[in-house]
Amino acid sequence: MPELRPRPATSSWTGFRTLLYKEVLRFWKVAFQTVAAPVLNAVLFLLIFSHVLDRHVTVYGDVGYTTFLVPGLVMMSLLQNAFANTSSSLIQSKITGNIVFVLLPPISYLEFYCAYVGAAILRGLFVGTGVWLVSVPFVDLPVAHPAWVLTFALAGGAILGSLGVVAGIIADKFDQLAAFQNFLIMPLTMLSGVFYSIHSLPPLWQDVSHANPFFFMIDGFRYGFFGQSDVSPWLSLAVVALCLAVVAVLTLALLARGYKLRN
Amino acid sequence: MSVPAISIEQVTKQYGDLQALCGVSLEVRQGEFFGLLGPNGAGKTTLISALSGLVRPTSGRLAVMGHDVVRDYRNARRQLGVVPQELVFDPFFSVRELLRIQSGYFGIARNDDWIDEILDHLDLLSKADANMRALSGGMKRRVLVAQALVHRPPVIVLDEPTAGVDVELRQGLWQFIRKLNQDGHTIVLTTHYLEEAETLCGRIAMLKGGRVVALERTRALLERFATHTLSVRLANAAVAAELGGCVRDDGWIDFGFETYADVERLLARLREAGAGIEELRLGEPDLEEVFVEVMSRA
Repeated sequence: MPELRPRPATSSWTGFRTLLYKEVLRFWKVAFQTVAAPVLNAVLFLLIFSHVLDRHVTVYGDVGYTTFLVPGLVMMSLLQNAFANTSSSLIQSKITGNIVFVLLPPISYLEFYCAYVGAAILRGLFVGTGVWLVSVPFVDLPVAHPAWVLTFALAGGAILGSLGVVAGIIADKFDQLAAFQNFLIMPLTMLSGVFYSIHSLPPLWQDVSHANPFFFMIDGFRYGFFGQSDVSPWLSLAVVALCLAVVAVLTLALLARGYKLRN
Repeated sequence: MSVPAISIEQVTKQYGDLQALCGVSLEVRQGEFFGLLGPNGAGKTTLISALSGLVRPTSGRLAVMGHDVVRDYRNARRQLGVVPQELVFDPFFSVRELLRIQSGYFGIARNDDWIDEILDHLDLLSKADANMRALSGGMKRRVLVAQALVHRPPVIVLDEPTAGVDVELRQGLWQFIRKLNQDGHTIVLTTHYLEEAETLCGRIAMLKGGRVVALERTRALLERFATHTLSVRLANAAVAAELGGCVRDDGWIDFGFETYADVERLLARLREAGAGIEELRLGEPDLEEVFVEVMSRA
């Protein structure tokens, strides 16, 4: 009897592409929950804060508060949803056991990382774009430097997508993941200057804000719209790039070891 | 000589204080239907998980079709299809979507012809576009088998595939798996249904406490550890003990024998002793008896 051989692979990229496609399809099939709901949340923030503060606060000289708020809300939504995508996908797969279907095939840990984080970035971009689009009737938002906008959106999405992978790997139960989200991600994003310029804070809190990497993601992203920011965009870029490198290395190390996945 | 379908050399796996596998070594030849038996906690699933890359062995070497499962994991995993023990599924997708996705994971972009063939063999074509949540337990089990076959692996591992499955489905599943074996696929089966292993497996390994305690052809195991039995009901049961019979609670008396020539001699002795045979039946050795015997000795 001739020796049986498995079906030949179409290309070495197919495994990665399929995992990316699956992760995108997973959130797209429930887009009402994963895209529309976060957009609605951001719009509620926009309506409430703009109603209360728009006539009282201007930032960077002549930028109205609502206009100032929109890029922060876009980035906050992008970051939170990038985190939610990877973390929820992994914890669900681990708890239901269907993670085996991703672990049994010949997919490398690098492909695994790129596919999960790639899908997280895409979900973040969908939600961020949604928030931006619904803000159009309320504000006339300039885009001074589109390349900076895109760079910080991609890097921020990648950082939070990676953190979501870490949280999804470490957490064994949904409440552990919720603790990660509610006690770490949420405070860091809310206190990152989404709703205010840190120049409006007392000096101590300005220093504390500089220890929050999320501040640099938001501030650099905002620079792309207004051409103005609380700190130099190059400093923000350096901090964000360093964070991305650290988080990516940590995530890849966990995946390479198979920590809590291949035990 | 062709490479073994599966090669396991001195594999150990330690979980904290628990030694799940203690130096397991065995080989499965290409085209074999191989059984992996043992009580709960014997290490069967750990061994399968180590083979498929779901668990990293503490030491030792495992290879599938000659490909090391750690160093050459891509080729090793392409040679292997695993049907997991748990009834797991992804609730977001239909059956066809799942099988296309699983094909893609193995690097195969266009696989619909083979997917249709598998669905047809497993009687799932009518459910191809149904969401996984809408399927019965038996159908979900068949989808698990289909997922393991999408890349047409030469080696297929089935970890208790018929647990909780009704008789009709079990028969259909075995017919399909037997056909795969006849087509040249190597099959490794773990099961708690010993009659299944006895009927299907040409060779069997028994595990206990993470060690291989028996590894032989099924027929040889049966011959070595189990005996044929002549069971009789006698008008004069008192003579049974003198002739070496074992009286059961239900009144039947069992005589063990090795070859059928012994039966003639036994019947002659019963006649001479005036036992008066009222009923008679012959019992074949079975794997359950072997299993109990091997486990009690190990």
